[in-house]
Amino acid sequence: MAETAVHTAEHDHHHDMDAHWDGGSRPFKASYGKLMMWYFLLSDAFTFAGFLIAYGTLRVSMQTWPVPDFVFSTIPETVGNLLPGGAHHKPLYFVTFMTFVLLFSSYTMVRAVQEGQQENKKGVVFWMVLTILGGMGFLGCQAWEWNTLIAKEHMTITKNPFSAHTEAGKYLEGDGHDIKAGDTFEPGESYLIHKHGGEWHNLKYEVTEGPNTGQVKQQAFGPKAFGALFFFITGFHGFHVLSGVIFLIIICVNAASGLYVKRKNGYEMVEKIGLYWHFVDLVWVFVFLVFYLL
Amino acid sequence: MAELITTYDTDAIIAEKGYDDHFHEHHHGDKYQSGFIHHYIFSMDHKIIARQFLITGIFWAIIGAAMSIIFRLQLGFPEESLAWLKPLLGKWIVVDEAGIGTLAPEFYYALVTMHGTILVFFVLTAGLSGTFSNLLIPLQIGARDMASPFLNMLSYWFFFMAGVVMFYSLFLSTGPFSGGWTAYPPLSALPQASTGSGTGMTLWLVSLTLFVVSVLLGGINYITTVLNLRTQGMSLWRMPLTIWAFFVTAILGLLSFPVLASGFFMLIFDRSLGTSFFLSDIFINGQALDRVGGTPILYQHLFWFLGHPEVYIIILPAMGISSEVLSVHARKPIFGYKAMVLSILAIGFLSFIVWAHHMFMSGVNPFISNFFVIFTLIIAVPSAIKVFNWITTLWGGNIRLNSAMLFAIGFVSMFISGGLTGIFLGNSAIDIQLHDTYFVVAHFHIVMGIAAFFGMFAGIYHWYPKMFGRFMSETMGRIHFWGTLIGAYAIFWPMHYIGMAGVPRRYYSFDTFDAFSHFDDMNKFITIAAIVVFALQLLFVLNFFYSIWKGKVVKSRNPWGATTLEWSTPIDPGHGNWPGKIPSVHRWAYDYGKDGIEFVPQYIPMVEGEEAGDAGH
Repeated sequence: MAETAVHTAEHDHHHDMDAHWDGGSRPFKASYGKLMMWYFLLSDAFTFAGFLIAYGTLRVSMQTWPVPDFVFSTIPETVGNLLPGGAHHKPLYFVTFMTFVLLFSSYTMVRAVQEGQQENKKGVVFWMVLTILGGMGFLGCQAWEWNTLIAKEHMTITKNPFSAHTEAGKYLEGDGHDIKAGDTFEPGESYLIHKHGGEWHNLKYEVTEGPNTGQVKQQAFGPKAFGALFFFITGFHGFHVLSGVIFLIIICVNAASGLYVKRKNGYEMVEKIGLYWHFVDLVWVFVFLVFYLL
Repeated sequence: MAELITTYDTDAIIAEKGYDDHFHEHHHGDKYQSGFIHHYIFSMDHKIIARQFLITGIFWAIIGAAMSIIFRLQLGFPEESLAWLKPLLGKWIVVDEAGIGTLAPEFYYALVTMHGTILVFFVLTAGLSGTFSNLLIPLQIGARDMASPFLNMLSYWFFFMAGVVMFYSLFLSTGPFSGGWTAYPPLSALPQASTGSGTGMTLWLVSLTLFVVSVLLGGINYITTVLNLRTQGMSLWRMPLTIWAFFVTAILGLLSFPVLASGFFMLIFDRSLGTSFFLSDIFINGQALDRVGGTPILYQHLFWFLGHPEVYIIILPAMGISSEVLSVHARKPIFGYKAMVLSILAIGFLSFIVWAHHMFMSGVNPFISNFFVIFTLIIAVPSAIKVFNWITTLWGGNIRLNSAMLFAIGFVSMFISGGLTGIFLGNSAIDIQLHDTYFVVAHFHIVMGIAAFFGMFAGIYHWYPKMFGRFMSETMGRIHFWGTLIGAYAIFWPMHYIGMAGVPRRYYSFDTFDAFSHFDDMNKFITIAAIVVFALQLLFVLNFFYSIWKGKVVKSRNPWGATTLEWSTPIDPGHGNWPGKIPSVHRWAYDYGKDGIEFVPQYIPMVEGEEAGDAGH
């Protein structure tokens, strides 16, 4: 048992390092809860990266790939009727709108976090409700888009009627929509194979250029991977948005109930769900990029 | 220079110099101490969760090892009757009219698959890093518990559920999954591909998806705890190497398991919803399937992006544990502490850019292979630095040859032996001959199977007093060590020769291959050695459970004379680890034999004029 007071001559070996890294405090000035959210998002980013790499791998291995401007060119009838040209041939109009809704909900989320930092309960709840509405709006748009693709255009996870020509040619029959018999097309021109009464109508056409000139062929289905990847990846993202909305609702109710005032930790839960929400939006930017722009 | 104190009252020093985190001023509302269920079952105390991981790991290790004995019997003694196993294996042993029982080939493949899955994931990932990260991270960095004890508890229970699902799959009438632990499509993607590819594979996927959740919950906790909850004075460069190893292990898990999960999700879609992410040009019974456009190579990339970091997830904790045990029982500071840390970081980083060396023969571009060859071989550099430092730590040490130390030294031996063959396999040209042979089996069993087990055993013998307040039997421990060391080499050394001769792994029988028939005796030898080693592990299990109740009681709080903080807690620390303040840290973890003093714990303040132990800082 040493009775002498111990003289400490604590060397500071770490003067070049932030004192926070010496222990006893938080290195990133972030609570452990927020750090854990960051690390979860990091791991989730790797999951999405896995999906997008799979997307890239499969896409580059295909000879053709549907053109997004052609595939995603329908908007709801009610809106379309107000515009010249109707609900069709509106490339990316709809997805631009739903992207805007989601990104706007990120803005409202930022405002909710700000209000939380100022301990303004009403503000937090107001902006969170707007965020929830944004999330729900996005999900609603996605539901409409999926419904259009599946029910009207008959693209499913295993069948893809969207494709593009690889040779020039002349249609020998029409589809009753945009294509008439005698129409000509260039390589790269998109088409959608229609389904009427449970029957697929792969149009016949005659090749007009290249070594196969004169041959009569039928429109081929597009790469199945397009539909599979689209529903898989946007579905996985939509699932994230859905989970986010559920958590937002729970946290919004908690905030409204005054729970976080009682906890005195400055609406940290709002900040944490905010991190998640921004992440989900960021992921959408990448999903949007690969499916709708490239 | 002032005299460094050599006798002290740990509690008094912590009370005087410790860091007051106002632990006892809060009402924690913790139910940890209240009743059996909350104390032992749904516990949020990291020390209990560590023991839960360990005991579950032991359970799975026995099952996984027993499976290997059964398939080794088939390989070593293909002519002998296995009818005596019928009570255990039921219809998987087919008994003919003459009473000769043979192992069903489908079940042989299932055994091989399950052996790999169980050992890699349940034992050497959850059982090793789950146990020791949980036990040591809070104790060694001076924290009350993990950042989120609740998620930590969930981590264990997700692992437990994964185990339940996998265990259930063992009893399916079609058997568990049988397409190899890597679960490559198409065997894993088409339920009709083999008997185990149906429900067996579905449960395999469910189980491992739960397991990924467990690893992520654990890993997020470990990383956050190490970064945010270190006690005062515990700078990163003062952390014991165990903590560095667990920290990097957790980062590897956090970044690689999600990619495996993305592969799993796509596989689930391929299996259940008819997509073709991993399928193309499949013929079954002469009929082409309408599953085109995908590529099985994609799955392999996603799998090995996890799979390679995974082997470091297995070996890094063993490295950290061995570093600590070698230093404590050699009574010497670890040699080249900073180099050790940087090596861990380098290994962690490199482990992410070598995965395709598992795929040299899968048809990947040979030019891309070159890239992976180079980085694979570069990993030998930090690995060799570590080996050098372990040996120099031993050099001139005042070595205590107890069971923990023996296993730590054995770890180094195994790591060298298995690591060297890794250099062979890392070359894509040599891999043309060696891939998918017993050479590969020998390599990875020694370097990440046996070596990781040795690290784990070293850790168990060393920290057993902390976990259970008793010592394990030294006599049984030494028998366990020498038998296992010799036995493990006896099993795997001959496999190198068999492998170089081209004998392929995973084959049920070599009856029809004349070229391989002269290895019969070697296969018999390997099987006998495996049975002996298995019996010795049962001795370890006996020792483990016997010592919980009957082992020699620990009388002093620091029985090994170690410097790290876990030995400053009471012998049986309650929840919160330290009764009063948390010790604050004043020095690195390896002040052994400094200025003639045997050891100076981390919580002892530096005296005036004293140089820090690690001159590098």
